[in-house]
Amino acid sequence: MTDTSPGQAPSLAPGALGPVGDQPEREFTVTARTSGQMVRRRFLRHRGAMGGLAVLVAVILLAFTSIGFGPVDGWWGKDYTRTAPVVDGGQMTLDLLPFVDGDGLAVGEHPFGQDNVGKDYFALTMRGTQRSLIIAFVVGLVSMLVGLLVGTLSGYFRGITEGVLMRITDVFLTIPLLVIAAVVSRRWSGAGIVVLGLVLGLVVWVQLARLVRGEFLSLREKEFVEAARALGASGPRIILRHLLPNTIGTVIVNVTLIISAAILLETALSFLGLGVQPPDTSLGVLVSVYQTASMTRPWLFWWPGLFIIAIALSINFIGDGLRDAFDPKQTRVRA
Amino acid sequence: MIVYIVRRLVVSFFILLGATALVFWLVAISGDPLEDLYADQSPNKEDKIAERTRRMHLDQPIPQRYLTWLAGVAKCVVPGQGCDLGTNQTGQDVKVLLGNAAGATLRLVLVAVVVAIVIGVTVGIVSALRQYSGFDYTITFAAFLFFSLPVFWVAVLLKQYLAIEFNDWLADPRIGPVPMIALGLLSGLTWSAVIGGERRRRLTVFGVACAVTVLLLLYLLAVDWFTYPALGPGLVTVFALGTAVGVTELVSGLHRRGVLHASLAAAGVGIIAQFVLAGVLEDPSWPVVLLLAASTVPIGIGLGMVFGQLDKPQAARAAVLTGLLTGTLVFTDRALSAVHGYSQRVNGRIVATIGSDTPNFTGDFWQRFIDTVTHLALPTLAIMLISFATYARFTRATMLEVMSQDYVRTARAKGLTERTVVMRHAFRNALIPVTTLMAIDFGGVIGGAVITENVFGWEGMGTLFINGLERSDPNPVMGFFVLTATSIVIFNMLADIAYAYLDPRIRMS
Repeated sequence: MTDTSPGQAPSLAPGALGPVGDQPEREFTVTARTSGQMVRRRFLRHRGAMGGLAVLVAVILLAFTSIGFGPVDGWWGKDYTRTAPVVDGGQMTLDLLPFVDGDGLAVGEHPFGQDNVGKDYFALTMRGTQRSLIIAFVVGLVSMLVGLLVGTLSGYFRGITEGVLMRITDVFLTIPLLVIAAVVSRRWSGAGIVVLGLVLGLVVWVQLARLVRGEFLSLREKEFVEAARALGASGPRIILRHLLPNTIGTVIVNVTLIISAAILLETALSFLGLGVQPPDTSLGVLVSVYQTASMTRPWLFWWPGLFIIAIALSINFIGDGLRDAFDPKQTRVRA
Repeated sequence: MIVYIVRRLVVSFFILLGATALVFWLVAISGDPLEDLYADQSPNKEDKIAERTRRMHLDQPIPQRYLTWLAGVAKCVVPGQGCDLGTNQTGQDVKVLLGNAAGATLRLVLVAVVVAIVIGVTVGIVSALRQYSGFDYTITFAAFLFFSLPVFWVAVLLKQYLAIEFNDWLADPRIGPVPMIALGLLSGLTWSAVIGGERRRRLTVFGVACAVTVLLLLYLLAVDWFTYPALGPGLVTVFALGTAVGVTELVSGLHRRGVLHASLAAAGVGIIAQFVLAGVLEDPSWPVVLLLAASTVPIGIGLGMVFGQLDKPQAARAAVLTGLLTGTLVFTDRALSAVHGYSQRVNGRIVATIGSDTPNFTGDFWQRFIDTVTHLALPTLAIMLISFATYARFTRATMLEVMSQDYVRTARAKGLTERTVVMRHAFRNALIPVTTLMAIDFGGVIGGAVITENVFGWEGMGTLFINGLERSDPNPVMGFFVLTATSIVIFNMLADIAYAYLDPRIRMS
């Protein structure tokens, strides 16, 4: 590492610590990385998370481009509401096993088959995926905002604010999540999926609020906060500049997990008839409608289920990668 | 301690009060309870509407209805008053409905929680000890997969493949060469991953496990075991002695002869007992079974004292454990023997897909037990997958943390064997945080139970809840809610107390 040559004392010459004058550039240079860069680097090296991210992006692109969204038309010509004559008993025409029957890869007319009245099941599944994704991300967003607000207020201001807010979270914690979600969504399930997402978000923020409060309770006693206060920083400034940035890891990781849980929660509620209401559809509605078809026409049952798993699993892997990336103790990148 | 518990109870009481008010209000505004009557065509429609309005107090504002309900519930707390949980829309007493439903649901939830804890903790510890091995990665992936599985979807799949098709298979049990080899390879992979060690040892374990599995399957098919399952005295003896050796290995190591002899003696007592008690075991009842299980404790302790030499406490522990496991073997043997008779009674559809028991089923103790088990099997499996993943991941994390503690290094530095380090120093401490997880997990299991009851057609509390909710009928929903919320609150408190008791660093305040 150093330029010790025979005859010289093996001590560190002043020039050894950096390129000085005409000395050659050192072989190894150490550049300082910000914590953001380190987190990004650890995340990008996490194979599971990268795989999850790839799958999630693929699913989102497939769902939103294929049948289009809103006024924009997609490349898949069929509509999820249009009925057509049932071809070949609604069999799926997708063929991903070219070596088994020897007729090669094929997408065909109805890759996921058709349902009872001849609706294209691929279009239906894509529509369901869109709905479930939108609900899950709305839930994630709403619960993040509420959780951050409640956690911040109760963690920073303590006293009576904390007492009241924590008793409210205790009330929510006492009720099994599915139960309160079912009760709430029964009232608002007819009002459209965004409202449903909003309402569910108002139910699942509790865990996040408690975590944020915990972080705040320990951070607000740290020296750098005291220093900021001594310099005359106002409460909002301390919260926004000093405390919130330090909780960002916890928040991001947990919002990811909330989104994956929200996919499962929404589909479960729709399955029970308490979530998305027909004629609109979601992955849970599809599983619920075609659960009796699992014997005779298994593809009607398998595809929505597989999409639920693909979304939830990929988000869980991303969450795991983020957790490792934000963990400063993490040196080795696993999986 | 007492002050802490009292304070906790008072706070919990007010939280429950707030939660019930919230849920009552939400159910009451969730829809119009008279909706189905508006479409009614019968001439006495007006009467029906008036009747239901009167019964549900729809002419009163919601807060007043809540107070009426609360006054009824308050009688449950005051002794000698008799509970009043109100009636549902059609006038049935919710207390009676809940009483009928609670049995089935609690059975489901408790079995699922217990099985998930036992398997999850075991798997979590093994995967922590074999960190970054193939087994560890497999379990990690499986845990992520289970977290991402929709319960209702899995439940339908289980119904399809583990019930309907498995029953079909049982009608004519045959295993083709390809599935047979696949099962053998699977078993070989699992065992070699769990036992671990050098490459050579792993290969040996792999080969032996493969061969044993295939031979075992061939033997079972040859003797028509799947039609007439049982262990028989021979296998019970072999398994019991194997259990004795295994328990000794875990508790103290085989070189402690006293412990080994005590365990073997306990296994022997169990083996002899199954013949001596044959008359009792013909058609026992639950109190008798529990009494027999309880009697293994003093017998085991006695054997430990007699054979234990210098390791009396360890010998007693090993003997009690062996005795209980041998008893379980004998119990399993008896239950399996009853399967054929049971199968005849239900036309060969052994694994049930509907309900919590066969309606009007009468039989001896063993057949009734099989009936319960076959009805419980699939819903339990569906619910416990997620819990299993939670416990496995959590135990793995705490175990890894404990294994890197200083006192574990000290224990190793003292020259203790790896078994002693793991079993006596690390394992117990790793279990302490798991107690808190139990309380958190309980609510999730109840949510899972609501869904699986729906899929498997159980007449449980979940059905009561969903039906009540769909009709905007608060009383059944509140009955379900009060029971689950109270149990969650109590579970939470017990978990906190247990945590403080197990970990002296925690102070309750």
